[in-house]
Amino acid sequence: MAENPVTPPALPASPPLWRRLWLPVLVFALLALVPFVWGERFILGLVTRAMIMAIAALSLDLILGYGALVSFGHAAFLGLGAYAVAILFSHDIVDAAIAFPVAILIGAGFAFVTGAISLKTRGVYFIMITLAFGQMAFFTATSLSAYGGDDGLRMFHRSEVFGTRILANDTTFYFVVLGTLAGCFVLLKTIVGSRFGRVLRGAKENERRMRALGFDPFRYRLAAYVIAGSICALAGALFANLGMFVAPAYMTWQRSGEFIAMVVLGGMGTLIGPIIGAIGVTLIEEWLAAVTQHWKVIFGPMVVLVAIFARGGIVKLLERGTGR
Amino acid sequence: MTAPILSLSNLHKAYGALKVTDGVSLDVGAGELHAIIGPNGAGKTTLISEITGEVALDAGTVTFDGADVTALPVHARALKGLTRSFQITQVLPGFTVLENVATAAQAHDGSSFRFFRSAGADKRLTDIAMAALGEVGLAARAALPAASLSHGEKRQLEIAMALVSQPKLLLLDEPMAGMGREETERLVAVLMALKGRYPMVLVEHDMHAVFRLADRISVLVYGQVIASGSPEAVRADPAVREAYLGEEEFG
Ligand SMILES: Nc1ncnc2c1ncn2[C@@H]1O[C@H](COP(=O)(O)OP(=O)(O)O)[C@@H](O)[C@H]1O
Ligand SMILES: [Mg+2]
Repeated sequence: MAENPVTPPALPASPPLWRRLWLPVLVFALLALVPFVWGERFILGLVTRAMIMAIAALSLDLILGYGALVSFGHAAFLGLGAYAVAILFSHDIVDAAIAFPVAILIGAGFAFVTGAISLKTRGVYFIMITLAFGQMAFFTATSLSAYGGDDGLRMFHRSEVFGTRILANDTTFYFVVLGTLAGCFVLLKTIVGSRFGRVLRGAKENERRMRALGFDPFRYRLAAYVIAGSICALAGALFANLGMFVAPAYMTWQRSGEFIAMVVLGGMGTLIGPIIGAIGVTLIEEWLAAVTQHWKVIFGPMVVLVAIFARGGIVKLLERGTGR
Repeated sequence: MTAPILSLSNLHKAYGALKVTDGVSLDVGAGELHAIIGPNGAGKTTLISEITGEVALDAGTVTFDGADVTALPVHARALKGLTRSFQITQVLPGFTVLENVATAAQAHDGSSFRFFRSAGADKRLTDIAMAALGEVGLAARAALPAASLSHGEKRQLEIAMALVSQPKLLLLDEPMAGMGREETERLVAVLMALKGRYPMVLVEHDMHAVFRLADRISVLVYGQVIASGSPEAVRADPAVREAYLGEEEFG
Protein backbone atom coordinates (compact mmCIF):
# COMPACT_ATOMS: atom_id res chain seq x y z
CA MET A 1 0.00 0.00 0.00
CA ALA A 2 1.39 3.37 -0.99
CA GLU A 3 -0.02 5.03 2.12
CA ASN A 4 1.57 2.50 4.44
CA PRO A 5 3.28 4.42 7.23
CA VAL A 6 5.75 1.64 8.04
CA THR A 7 9.19 2.46 6.75
CA PRO A 8 11.20 -0.72 6.45
CA PRO A 9 13.75 -0.75 9.28
CA ALA A 10 17.38 -1.58 8.74
CA LEU A 11 18.01 -5.18 7.85
CA PRO A 12 18.57 -7.53 10.76
CA ALA A 13 22.22 -7.70 11.71
CA SER A 14 23.98 -11.03 11.34
CA PRO A 15 26.30 -12.17 14.14
CA PRO A 16 29.81 -10.70 14.10
CA LEU A 17 32.29 -12.35 11.77
CA TRP A 18 34.59 -13.71 14.46
CA ARG A 19 31.71 -15.57 16.10
CA ARG A 20 31.13 -17.51 12.91
CA LEU A 21 34.79 -17.99 12.05
CA TRP A 22 36.72 -18.69 15.25
CA LEU A 23 35.98 -22.41 15.36
CA PRO A 24 36.82 -23.27 11.72
CA VAL A 25 39.93 -21.12 11.90
CA LEU A 26 41.02 -22.84 15.10
CA VAL A 27 40.35 -26.35 13.75
CA PHE A 28 42.19 -25.79 10.47
CA ALA A 29 45.09 -23.99 12.19
CA LEU A 30 45.55 -26.92 14.57
CA LEU A 31 45.40 -29.40 11.70
CA ALA A 32 48.01 -27.39 9.78
CA LEU A 33 50.32 -27.47 12.80
CA VAL A 34 50.17 -31.24 13.35
CA PRO A 35 52.99 -32.25 10.94
CA PHE A 36 55.32 -29.70 12.53
CA VAL A 37 54.58 -30.77 16.10
CA TRP A 38 54.18 -34.55 15.67
CA GLY A 39 56.19 -35.62 12.66
CA GLU A 40 55.96 -39.36 13.39
CA ARG A 41 54.60 -41.41 10.51
CA PHE A 42 52.04 -43.06 12.75
CA ILE A 43 50.53 -39.80 13.97
CA LEU A 44 50.61 -38.27 10.51
CA GLY A 45 48.85 -41.30 9.04
CA LEU A 46 46.28 -41.36 11.82
CA VAL A 47 45.35 -37.69 11.45
CA THR A 48 45.31 -38.03 7.66
CA ARG A 49 42.81 -40.85 8.06
CA ALA A 50 40.79 -38.73 10.47
CA MET A 51 40.67 -35.89 7.92
CA ILE A 52 39.54 -38.24 5.15
CA MET A 53 36.75 -39.46 7.43
CA ALA A 54 35.98 -35.79 8.08
CA ILE A 55 35.48 -35.18 4.34
CA ALA A 56 33.04 -38.10 4.27
CA ALA A 57 31.23 -36.88 7.39
CA LEU A 58 31.07 -33.38 5.95
CA SER A 59 29.39 -34.70 2.82
CA LEU A 60 26.91 -36.67 4.93
CA ASP A 61 26.07 -33.50 6.88
CA LEU A 62 24.77 -31.87 3.69
CA ILE A 63 22.00 -34.45 3.38
CA LEU A 64 21.60 -35.44 7.04
CA GLY A 65 22.06 -32.09 8.77
CA TYR A 66 20.57 -29.80 6.15
CA GLY A 67 18.17 -32.20 4.44
CA ALA A 68 17.13 -34.44 7.38
CA LEU A 69 17.83 -37.45 5.17
CA VAL A 70 19.22 -40.25 7.33
CA SER A 71 21.28 -42.17 4.82
CA PHE A 72 22.52 -45.45 6.24
CA GLY A 73 24.54 -46.33 3.17
CA HIS A 74 26.96 -43.48 2.94
CA ALA A 75 30.04 -45.70 3.24
CA ALA A 76 29.18 -47.12 -0.20
CA PHE A 77 30.36 -43.86 -1.74
CA LEU A 78 33.64 -44.07 0.16
CA GLY A 79 34.12 -47.59 -1.16
CA LEU A 80 33.14 -46.68 -4.72
CA GLY A 81 35.66 -43.84 -4.83
CA ALA A 82 38.36 -46.05 -3.35
CA TYR A 83 37.66 -48.95 -5.71
CA ALA A 84 37.54 -46.65 -8.74
CA VAL A 85 41.10 -45.49 -8.00
CA ALA A 86 42.44 -48.96 -7.17
CA ILE A 87 40.79 -50.71 -10.12
CA LEU A 88 42.04 -48.08 -12.56
CA PHE A 89 45.46 -48.48 -10.93
CA SER A 90 45.37 -52.22 -11.60
CA HIS A 91 44.84 -51.35 -15.25
CA ASP A 92 47.83 -49.03 -15.20
CA ILE A 93 45.81 -45.86 -15.07
CA VAL A 94 47.70 -44.38 -12.15
CA ASP A 95 47.29 -40.64 -12.56
CA ALA A 96 45.05 -38.80 -10.10
CA ALA A 97 44.12 -36.37 -12.89
CA ILE A 98 42.12 -39.22 -14.43
CA ALA A 99 41.37 -41.51 -11.49
CA PHE A 100 40.00 -38.86 -9.11
CA PRO A 101 37.49 -37.34 -11.57
CA VAL A 102 36.39 -40.86 -12.50
CA ALA A 103 35.92 -41.68 -8.81
CA ILE A 104 33.83 -38.54 -8.32
CA LEU A 105 31.70 -39.26 -11.41
CA ILE A 106 31.05 -42.81 -10.26
CA GLY A 107 29.99 -41.50 -6.85
CA ALA A 108 27.72 -38.99 -8.56
CA GLY A 109 26.23 -41.62 -10.86
CA PHE A 110 25.55 -44.08 -8.06
CA ALA A 111 24.04 -41.28 -5.98
CA PHE A 112 21.81 -40.19 -8.85
CA VAL A 113 20.42 -43.64 -9.52
CA THR A 114 20.03 -44.81 -5.91
CA GLY A 115 18.92 -41.36 -4.76
CA ALA A 116 16.20 -41.14 -7.40
CA ILE A 117 14.76 -44.34 -5.96
CA SER A 118 15.45 -43.82 -2.22
CA LEU A 119 14.18 -40.25 -2.15
CA LYS A 120 10.72 -41.41 -3.17
CA THR A 121 10.49 -42.74 0.39
CA ARG A 122 10.81 -41.03 3.75
CA GLY A 123 11.69 -41.81 7.35
CA VAL A 124 12.44 -45.40 8.27
CA TYR A 125 11.91 -46.54 4.68
CA PHE A 126 14.61 -44.16 3.50
CA ILE A 127 17.00 -45.53 6.13
CA MET A 128 16.25 -49.10 5.08
CA ILE A 129 16.55 -48.53 1.35
CA THR A 130 19.84 -46.62 1.62
CA LEU A 131 21.11 -49.41 3.86
CA ALA A 132 20.05 -51.91 1.22
CA PHE A 133 21.89 -50.05 -1.55
CA GLY A 134 24.94 -49.81 0.71
CA GLN A 135 24.89 -53.54 1.32
CA MET A 136 24.46 -54.13 -2.39
CA ALA A 137 27.66 -52.19 -3.06
CA PHE A 138 29.41 -54.08 -0.26
CA PHE A 139 28.50 -57.53 -1.58
CA THR A 140 29.30 -56.51 -5.12
CA ALA A 141 32.79 -55.58 -3.93
CA THR A 142 33.24 -58.90 -2.13
CA SER A 143 32.29 -60.74 -5.32
CA LEU A 144 34.80 -58.90 -7.51
CA SER A 145 37.20 -61.82 -7.58
CA ALA A 146 39.23 -60.22 -10.38
CA TYR A 147 39.91 -57.36 -7.97
CA GLY A 148 40.69 -59.29 -4.83
CA GLY A 149 37.19 -60.14 -3.65
CA ASP A 150 37.07 -60.26 0.14
CA ASP A 151 40.81 -59.73 0.42
CA GLY A 152 40.80 -56.39 -1.32
CA LEU A 153 43.16 -54.86 -3.80
CA ARG A 154 46.62 -53.40 -3.30
CA MET A 155 48.19 -50.42 -5.08
CA PHE A 156 51.97 -50.48 -5.47
CA HIS A 157 52.33 -46.79 -4.91
CA ARG A 158 50.11 -43.74 -4.51
CA SER A 159 48.40 -42.08 -7.48
CA GLU A 160 50.66 -39.96 -9.61
CA VAL A 161 49.88 -36.30 -10.16
CA PHE A 162 50.51 -35.43 -13.81
CA GLY A 163 53.23 -38.04 -13.95
CA THR A 164 54.94 -37.09 -10.69
CA ARG A 165 55.00 -39.08 -7.46
CA ILE A 166 54.63 -36.14 -5.09
CA LEU A 167 51.91 -37.89 -3.09
CA ALA A 168 54.43 -40.54 -2.02
CA ASN A 169 55.65 -38.13 0.63
CA ASP A 170 53.43 -38.54 3.70
CA THR A 171 53.66 -34.89 4.69
CA THR A 172 52.74 -33.75 1.19
CA PHE A 173 49.84 -36.19 1.17
CA TYR A 174 48.78 -34.86 4.56
CA PHE A 175 48.56 -31.33 3.24
CA VAL A 176 46.76 -32.44 0.08
CA VAL A 177 44.12 -34.08 2.25
CA LEU A 178 43.95 -31.03 4.52
CA GLY A 179 43.56 -28.78 1.48
CA THR A 180 40.81 -31.00 0.10
CA LEU A 181 39.02 -30.94 3.46
CA ALA A 182 39.25 -27.15 3.61
CA GLY A 183 38.05 -26.85 0.02
CA CYS A 184 35.07 -29.13 0.65
CA PHE A 185 34.23 -27.21 3.82
CA VAL A 186 34.20 -23.86 2.01
CA LEU A 187 32.28 -25.32 -0.93
CA LEU A 188 29.58 -26.83 1.28
CA LYS A 189 29.38 -23.71 3.46
CA THR A 190 28.74 -21.74 0.28
CA ILE A 191 26.16 -24.21 -1.00
CA VAL A 192 24.09 -24.31 2.20
CA GLY A 193 23.93 -20.52 2.21
CA SER A 194 22.91 -20.29 -1.44
CA ARG A 195 19.43 -20.23 -2.93
CA PHE A 196 19.75 -23.96 -3.48
CA GLY A 197 20.78 -24.52 0.14
CA ARG A 198 17.87 -22.42 1.32
CA VAL A 199 15.38 -24.65 -0.49
CA LEU A 200 17.07 -27.76 0.92
CA ARG A 201 16.90 -26.34 4.44
CA GLY A 202 13.35 -25.15 3.91
CA ALA A 203 12.19 -28.62 2.88
CA LYS A 204 13.63 -29.93 6.15
CA GLU A 205 11.83 -27.21 8.11
CA ASN A 206 8.42 -27.73 6.54
CA GLU A 207 7.97 -29.72 3.36
CA ARG A 208 4.29 -28.91 3.00
CA ARG A 209 4.99 -25.19 3.15
CA MET A 210 7.75 -25.46 0.56
CA ARG A 211 5.44 -27.26 -1.87
CA ALA A 212 2.80 -24.60 -1.36
CA LEU A 213 5.44 -21.98 -2.18
CA GLY A 214 6.17 -23.70 -5.49
CA PHE A 215 9.20 -25.86 -4.71
CA ASP A 216 9.43 -29.57 -5.48
CA PRO A 217 11.67 -30.83 -2.65
CA PHE A 218 12.57 -34.04 -4.49
CA ARG A 219 14.70 -32.33 -7.12
CA TYR A 220 16.69 -30.38 -4.54
CA ARG A 221 17.20 -33.40 -2.33
CA LEU A 222 18.38 -35.46 -5.26
CA ALA A 223 20.86 -32.77 -6.25
CA ALA A 224 22.12 -32.63 -2.66
CA TYR A 225 22.41 -36.41 -2.61
CA VAL A 226 24.51 -36.32 -5.77
CA ILE A 227 26.77 -33.59 -4.36
CA ALA A 228 27.21 -35.56 -1.12
CA GLY A 229 27.91 -38.79 -3.00
CA SER A 230 30.51 -37.09 -5.19
CA ILE A 231 32.36 -35.58 -2.26
CA CYS A 232 32.30 -38.84 -0.31
CA ALA A 233 33.68 -40.66 -3.35
CA LEU A 234 36.49 -38.11 -3.44
CA ALA A 235 37.19 -38.99 0.20
CA GLY A 236 37.29 -42.63 -0.93
CA ALA A 237 39.83 -41.82 -3.65
CA LEU A 238 42.05 -40.27 -0.98
CA PHE A 239 41.41 -43.20 1.35
CA ALA A 240 42.62 -45.69 -1.26
CA ASN A 241 45.82 -43.67 -1.51
CA LEU A 242 46.37 -43.44 2.22
CA GLY A 243 47.00 -47.14 2.80
CA MET A 244 47.48 -47.95 -0.91
CA PHE A 245 44.83 -50.59 -0.40
CA VAL A 246 41.09 -51.05 -0.79
CA ALA A 247 38.77 -53.71 0.57
CA PRO A 248 35.01 -54.32 0.90
CA ALA A 249 35.44 -53.47 4.59
CA TYR A 250 35.56 -49.82 3.52
CA MET A 251 31.84 -49.91 2.86
CA THR A 252 30.32 -51.90 5.69
CA TRP A 253 27.08 -50.68 7.21
CA GLN A 254 28.98 -50.22 10.48
CA ARG A 255 31.07 -47.56 8.82
CA SER A 256 27.92 -45.85 7.53
CA GLY A 257 26.73 -45.87 11.14
CA GLU A 258 30.02 -44.37 12.25
CA PHE A 259 29.58 -41.53 9.77
CA ILE A 260 26.17 -40.80 11.29
CA ALA A 261 27.70 -40.89 14.78
CA MET A 262 30.41 -38.45 13.68
CA VAL A 263 27.85 -36.01 12.30
CA VAL A 264 25.52 -36.29 15.30
CA LEU A 265 28.29 -36.07 17.90
CA GLY A 266 29.92 -33.13 16.21
CA GLY A 267 26.70 -31.26 15.57
CA MET A 268 24.32 -31.80 12.66
CA GLY A 269 23.88 -28.99 10.21
CA THR A 270 27.02 -27.13 11.24
CA LEU A 271 29.63 -28.58 8.83
CA ILE A 272 32.45 -27.74 11.25
CA GLY A 273 30.86 -30.04 13.84
CA PRO A 274 31.07 -33.19 11.72
CA ILE A 275 34.75 -32.40 11.04
CA ILE A 276 35.40 -32.25 14.77
CA GLY A 277 33.21 -35.31 15.29
CA ALA A 278 35.06 -37.33 12.64
CA ILE A 279 38.48 -36.45 13.99
CA GLY A 280 37.35 -37.06 17.57
CA VAL A 281 35.76 -40.42 16.80
CA THR A 282 38.76 -41.60 14.77
CA LEU A 283 41.26 -40.64 17.48
CA ILE A 284 39.17 -41.98 20.37
CA GLU A 285 38.57 -45.26 18.54
CA GLU A 286 42.29 -45.62 17.97
CA TRP A 287 43.03 -44.90 21.61
CA LEU A 288 40.29 -47.17 22.97
CA ALA A 289 41.29 -49.97 20.62
CA ALA A 290 44.83 -49.75 22.00
CA VAL A 291 43.56 -49.88 25.60
CA THR A 292 41.04 -52.69 25.23
CA GLN A 293 39.69 -54.95 22.53
CA HIS A 294 36.22 -54.32 23.91
CA TRP A 295 36.38 -50.67 22.88
CA LYS A 296 33.00 -50.75 21.19
CA VAL A 297 31.39 -51.50 24.56
CA ILE A 298 32.81 -48.20 25.80
CA PHE A 299 32.32 -46.24 22.61
CA GLY A 300 28.64 -47.09 22.20
CA PRO A 301 27.55 -45.67 25.59
CA MET A 302 29.76 -42.63 24.98
CA VAL A 303 27.83 -41.83 21.82
CA VAL A 304 24.56 -42.20 23.70
CA LEU A 305 25.77 -39.94 26.52
CA VAL A 306 26.83 -37.18 24.16
CA ALA A 307 23.55 -37.50 22.29
CA ILE A 308 21.65 -37.08 25.58
CA PHE A 309 23.71 -34.43 27.34
CA ALA A 310 25.01 -32.45 24.40
CA ARG A 311 22.07 -32.16 22.06
CA GLY A 312 23.34 -30.30 19.05
CA GLY A 313 26.70 -31.96 19.45
CA ILE A 314 30.11 -30.73 20.44
CA VAL A 315 29.69 -27.51 18.48
CA LYS A 316 26.72 -26.46 20.64
CA LEU A 317 28.74 -27.15 23.78
CA LEU A 318 31.61 -25.04 22.49
CA GLU A 319 29.30 -22.22 21.52
CA ARG A 320 27.71 -22.24 24.95
CA GLY A 321 31.22 -22.12 26.36
CA THR A 322 31.87 -18.87 24.52
CA GLY A 323 28.71 -17.28 25.88
CA ARG A 324 26.57 -17.57 22.84
CA MET B 1 -18.54 -10.97 -15.82
CA THR B 2 -15.17 -11.56 -17.44
CA ALA B 3 -13.76 -15.09 -17.48
CA PRO B 4 -13.49 -16.48 -13.94
CA ILE B 5 -10.01 -16.88 -12.50
CA LEU B 6 -11.01 -20.14 -10.85
CA SER B 7 -13.63 -22.56 -11.97
CA LEU B 8 -14.52 -25.74 -10.10
CA SER B 9 -16.62 -28.20 -11.98
CA ASN B 10 -18.44 -31.05 -10.26
CA LEU B 11 -15.74 -31.95 -7.72
CA HIS B 12 -16.10 -35.22 -5.85
CA LYS B 13 -14.04 -36.65 -3.04
CA ALA B 14 -14.87 -39.38 -0.54
CA TYR B 15 -12.96 -40.78 2.41
CA GLY B 16 -14.46 -44.23 2.64
CA ALA B 17 -18.19 -43.68 3.09
CA LEU B 18 -17.72 -40.00 3.97
CA LYS B 19 -18.41 -37.69 1.03
CA VAL B 20 -16.26 -34.66 1.92
CA THR B 21 -16.80 -33.03 -1.44
CA ASP B 22 -20.03 -33.93 -3.12
CA GLY B 23 -20.53 -32.33 -6.51
CA VAL B 24 -19.09 -28.88 -5.85
CA SER B 25 -19.17 -26.43 -8.75
CA LEU B 26 -18.09 -22.88 -8.18
CA ASP B 27 -16.68 -19.89 -10.06
CA VAL B 28 -14.51 -17.17 -8.62
CA GLY B 29 -14.54 -14.05 -10.74
CA ALA B 30 -11.52 -11.92 -11.47
CA GLY B 31 -11.19 -9.42 -8.64
CA GLU B 32 -13.83 -11.12 -6.53
CA LEU B 33 -13.58 -11.90 -2.84
CA HIS B 34 -15.46 -15.15 -2.51
CA ALA B 35 -16.14 -16.36 1.00
CA ILE B 36 -16.85 -19.98 1.83
CA ILE B 37 -18.67 -20.60 5.06
CA GLY B 38 -20.09 -23.70 6.64
CA PRO B 39 -20.06 -25.68 9.87
CA ASN B 40 -17.01 -27.54 11.12
CA GLY B 41 -16.38 -30.67 9.14
CA ALA B 42 -18.32 -29.40 6.12
CA GLY B 43 -15.28 -29.97 3.91
CA LYS B 44 -13.99 -26.40 3.51
CA THR B 45 -10.32 -27.15 4.18
CA THR B 46 -10.54 -30.20 1.96
CA LEU B 47 -11.98 -28.07 -0.82
CA ILE B 48 -9.09 -25.61 -0.54
CA SER B 49 -6.64 -28.51 -0.67
CA GLU B 50 -8.36 -29.86 -3.77
CA ILE B 51 -7.88 -26.49 -5.41
CA THR B 52 -4.16 -26.41 -4.51
CA GLY B 53 -3.64 -30.06 -5.44
CA GLU B 54 -2.75 -31.39 -2.00
CA VAL B 55 -5.81 -33.60 -2.01
CA ALA B 56 -6.40 -35.68 -5.14
CA LEU B 57 -9.93 -35.59 -6.51
CA ASP B 58 -12.06 -38.62 -7.26
CA ALA B 59 -13.76 -36.69 -10.05
CA GLY B 60 -14.15 -33.18 -11.38
CA THR B 61 -11.93 -30.52 -12.91
CA VAL B 62 -10.18 -27.47 -11.56
CA THR B 63 -9.65 -24.72 -14.11
CA PHE B 64 -7.36 -21.93 -13.06
CA ASP B 65 -6.51 -18.87 -15.10
CA GLY B 66 -7.91 -20.46 -18.22
CA ALA B 67 -6.03 -23.76 -17.94
CA ASP B 68 -7.07 -27.18 -16.63
CA VAL B 69 -4.74 -27.75 -13.67
CA THR B 70 -6.42 -30.89 -12.33
CA ALA B 71 -3.42 -33.08 -13.14
CA LEU B 72 -0.75 -30.67 -11.88
CA PRO B 73 1.09 -31.27 -8.59
CA VAL B 74 1.00 -28.74 -5.75
CA HIS B 75 4.24 -26.94 -6.57
CA ALA B 76 3.37 -26.50 -10.23
CA ARG B 77 -0.01 -24.96 -9.36
CA ALA B 78 1.68 -22.69 -6.83
CA LEU B 79 4.08 -21.43 -9.48
CA LYS B 80 1.10 -20.54 -11.67
CA GLY B 81 -0.14 -18.20 -8.95
CA LEU B 82 -2.39 -20.38 -6.79
CA THR B 83 -1.34 -19.19 -3.36
CA ARG B 84 -2.71 -20.41 -0.05
CA SER B 85 -2.52 -19.81 3.65
CA PHE B 86 -3.18 -22.66 6.06
CA GLN B 87 -5.80 -23.05 8.78
CA ILE B 88 -3.04 -24.46 10.96
CA THR B 89 -0.21 -22.08 10.12
CA GLN B 90 2.63 -23.53 8.12
CA VAL B 91 5.81 -21.51 8.39
CA LEU B 92 9.49 -22.43 8.28
CA PRO B 93 10.01 -22.37 12.05
CA GLY B 94 13.82 -22.37 12.14
CA PHE B 95 14.12 -19.63 9.52
CA THR B 96 13.94 -15.98 10.45
CA VAL B 97 10.73 -14.16 9.64
CA LEU B 98 12.59 -12.36 6.87
CA GLU B 99 14.00 -15.56 5.37
CA ASN B 100 10.51 -17.10 5.36
CA VAL B 101 9.28 -14.35 3.10
CA ALA B 102 12.49 -14.21 1.06
CA THR B 103 12.12 -17.94 0.39
CA ALA B 104 8.61 -17.34 -0.90
CA ALA B 105 9.90 -14.58 -3.16
CA GLN B 106 12.75 -16.78 -4.36
CA ALA B 107 10.28 -19.30 -5.80
CA HIS B 108 9.23 -16.67 -8.34
CA ASP B 109 12.65 -15.27 -9.12
CA GLY B 110 14.07 -17.75 -11.57
CA SER B 111 15.80 -21.07 -10.93
CA SER B 112 16.76 -22.02 -7.39
CA PHE B 113 19.51 -24.28 -8.70
CA ARG B 114 21.99 -21.55 -7.87
CA PHE B 115 24.72 -22.84 -5.64
CA PHE B 116 27.33 -20.17 -5.12
CA ARG B 117 25.89 -16.76 -4.28
CA SER B 118 24.67 -16.17 -0.75
CA ALA B 119 20.87 -16.10 -0.66
CA GLY B 120 20.84 -14.17 2.60
CA ALA B 121 22.90 -11.38 1.05
CA ASP B 122 20.65 -11.16 -2.01
CA LYS B 123 19.35 -7.62 -1.78
CA ARG B 124 16.59 -8.04 -4.33
CA LEU B 125 14.89 -10.85 -2.40
CA THR B 126 15.45 -9.11 0.92
CA ASP B 127 13.93 -5.86 -0.32
CA ILE B 128 10.85 -7.63 -1.65
CA ALA B 129 10.49 -9.49 1.65
CA MET B 130 10.92 -6.39 3.82
CA ALA B 131 8.29 -4.50 1.82
CA ALA B 132 5.77 -7.31 2.31
CA LEU B 133 6.57 -7.53 6.03
CA GLY B 134 5.96 -3.79 6.26
CA GLU B 135 2.62 -4.24 4.56
CA VAL B 136 1.37 -6.80 7.09
CA GLY B 137 2.93 -4.98 10.04
CA LEU B 138 5.66 -7.48 10.87
CA ALA B 139 8.73 -5.49 9.82
CA ALA B 140 9.94 -5.09 13.38
CA ARG B 141 9.99 -8.88 13.79
CA ALA B 142 12.06 -9.55 10.66
CA ALA B 143 15.16 -10.88 12.43
CA LEU B 144 13.37 -13.24 14.83
CA PRO B 145 13.00 -16.95 14.22
CA ALA B 146 9.50 -17.62 12.89
CA ALA B 147 8.99 -20.16 15.68
CA SER B 148 9.06 -17.34 18.24
CA LEU B 149 6.10 -15.48 16.73
CA SER B 150 2.69 -15.45 18.37
CA HIS B 151 -0.13 -17.31 16.72
CA GLY B 152 -1.55 -14.14 15.16
CA GLU B 153 1.86 -13.02 13.96
CA LYS B 154 2.38 -16.35 12.19
CA ARG B 155 -0.84 -15.71 10.31
CA GLN B 156 0.43 -12.28 9.31
CA LEU B 157 3.66 -13.93 8.21
CA GLU B 158 1.71 -16.35 6.02
CA ILE B 159 -0.05 -13.40 4.40
CA ALA B 160 3.31 -11.72 3.74
CA MET B 161 4.59 -14.94 2.16
CA ALA B 162 1.48 -15.06 -0.01
CA LEU B 163 1.93 -11.46 -1.13
CA VAL B 164 5.43 -12.05 -2.53
CA SER B 165 4.32 -15.24 -4.32
CA GLN B 166 2.98 -13.30 -7.30
CA PRO B 167 -0.49 -14.63 -6.56
CA LYS B 168 -3.23 -14.66 -9.14
CA LEU B 169 -5.59 -16.03 -6.52
CA LEU B 170 -5.29 -16.05 -2.73
CA LEU B 171 -6.80 -18.98 -0.88
CA LEU B 172 -7.10 -18.13 2.80
CA ASP B 173 -8.20 -20.90 5.14
CA GLU B 174 -9.60 -19.37 8.34
CA PRO B 175 -6.98 -16.64 8.61
CA MET B 176 -8.67 -15.20 11.71
CA ALA B 177 -8.99 -18.47 13.62
CA GLY B 178 -7.62 -18.20 17.14
CA MET B 179 -6.99 -14.47 16.86
CA GLY B 180 -7.95 -11.87 19.41
CA ARG B 181 -10.33 -9.04 18.59
CA GLU B 182 -7.55 -6.57 17.96
CA GLU B 183 -5.53 -8.91 15.74
CA THR B 184 -8.67 -9.76 13.81
CA GLU B 185 -9.35 -6.07 13.21
CA ARG B 186 -5.82 -5.59 11.93
CA LEU B 187 -6.13 -8.54 9.58
CA VAL B 188 -9.52 -7.37 8.28
CA ALA B 189 -7.86 -4.05 7.48
CA VAL B 190 -5.04 -5.82 5.65
CA LEU B 191 -7.52 -7.93 3.66
CA MET B 192 -9.63 -4.83 2.89
CA ALA B 193 -6.53 -3.25 1.41
CA LEU B 194 -5.78 -6.37 -0.66
CA LYS B 195 -9.33 -6.70 -1.89
CA GLY B 196 -9.62 -5.76 -5.52
CA ARG B 197 -5.89 -6.20 -5.97
CA TYR B 198 -6.13 -9.97 -5.81
CA PRO B 199 -9.10 -12.27 -6.20
CA MET B 200 -9.53 -14.26 -2.99
CA VAL B 201 -11.23 -17.32 -1.65
CA LEU B 202 -11.77 -16.77 2.05
CA VAL B 203 -12.80 -19.59 4.36
CA GLU B 204 -13.80 -17.99 7.64
CA HIS B 205 -15.91 -18.55 10.72
CA ASP B 206 -15.89 -14.93 11.85
CA MET B 207 -19.21 -13.74 10.40
CA HIS B 208 -18.49 -10.08 11.07
CA ALA B 209 -15.39 -10.33 8.97
CA VAL B 210 -17.08 -12.38 6.24
CA PHE B 211 -19.98 -10.03 5.75
CA ARG B 212 -17.72 -7.00 5.70
CA LEU B 213 -15.29 -8.45 3.18
CA ALA B 214 -17.13 -10.79 0.84
CA ASP B 215 -18.49 -9.94 -2.59
CA ARG B 216 -20.03 -13.36 -2.79
CA ILE B 217 -20.60 -16.14 -0.30
CA SER B 218 -21.00 -19.85 -0.84
CA VAL B 219 -22.33 -22.04 1.93
CA LEU B 220 -20.88 -25.54 2.18
CA VAL B 221 -22.68 -28.22 4.20
CA TYR B 222 -21.73 -31.90 4.16
CA GLY B 223 -19.62 -31.37 1.05
CA GLN B 224 -22.37 -29.65 -0.91
CA VAL B 225 -22.85 -26.00 -1.83
CA ILE B 226 -26.34 -25.31 -0.57
CA ALA B 227 -26.35 -21.61 -1.42
CA SER B 228 -24.22 -19.17 -3.32
CA GLY B 229 -24.75 -15.48 -3.89
CA SER B 230 -24.42 -11.96 -2.53
CA PRO B 231 -24.10 -11.58 1.26
CA GLU B 232 -27.65 -10.23 1.42
CA ALA B 233 -29.09 -13.12 -0.56
CA VAL B 234 -27.24 -15.71 1.49
CA ARG B 235 -28.25 -14.06 4.75
CA ALA B 236 -31.89 -14.24 3.70
CA ASP B 237 -31.76 -17.78 2.36
CA PRO B 238 -34.02 -20.00 4.48
CA ALA B 239 -32.07 -23.14 3.69
CA VAL B 240 -28.92 -21.50 4.97
CA ARG B 241 -30.62 -20.36 8.14
CA GLU B 242 -31.90 -23.82 8.76
CA ALA B 243 -28.79 -25.77 7.91
CA TYR B 244 -26.14 -23.59 9.31
CA LEU B 245 -26.92 -20.17 10.63
CA GLY B 246 -29.94 -21.01 12.71
CA GLU B 247 -28.21 -21.14 16.03
CA GLU B 248 -25.50 -18.58 15.36
CA GLU B 249 -25.50 -14.87 15.75
CA PHE B 250 -25.27 -13.64 12.27
CA GLY B 251 -24.61 -10.52 10.15
N1 LIG C 1 -7.40 -37.32 5.15
C1 LIG C 1 -8.62 -37.54 5.65
N2 LIG C 1 -9.04 -38.80 5.87
C2 LIG C 1 -10.27 -39.04 6.37
N3 LIG C 1 -11.16 -38.08 6.67
C3 LIG C 1 -10.78 -36.80 6.48
C4 LIG C 1 -9.51 -36.46 5.96
N4 LIG C 1 -9.42 -35.11 5.88
C5 LIG C 1 -10.59 -34.64 6.33
N5 LIG C 1 -11.42 -35.65 6.68
C6 LIG C 1 -12.79 -35.49 7.17
O1 LIG C 1 -13.49 -34.76 6.22
C7 LIG C 1 -14.41 -33.88 6.85
C8 LIG C 1 -14.17 -32.47 6.36
O2 LIG C 1 -12.97 -31.96 6.90
P1 LIG C 1 -12.47 -30.48 6.60
O3 LIG C 1 -12.32 -30.31 5.15
O4 LIG C 1 -11.26 -30.24 7.43
O5 LIG C 1 -13.70 -29.62 7.13
P2 LIG C 1 -13.76 -28.08 7.52
O6 LIG C 1 -12.52 -27.42 7.07
O7 LIG C 1 -14.98 -27.59 6.81
O8 LIG C 1 -13.94 -28.02 9.00
C9 LIG C 1 -14.22 -34.04 8.33
O9 LIG C 1 -15.21 -34.91 8.82
C10 LIG C 1 -12.87 -34.67 8.46
O10 LIG C 1 -12.80 -35.49 9.59
MG1 LIG D 1 -11.07 -26.34 8.06
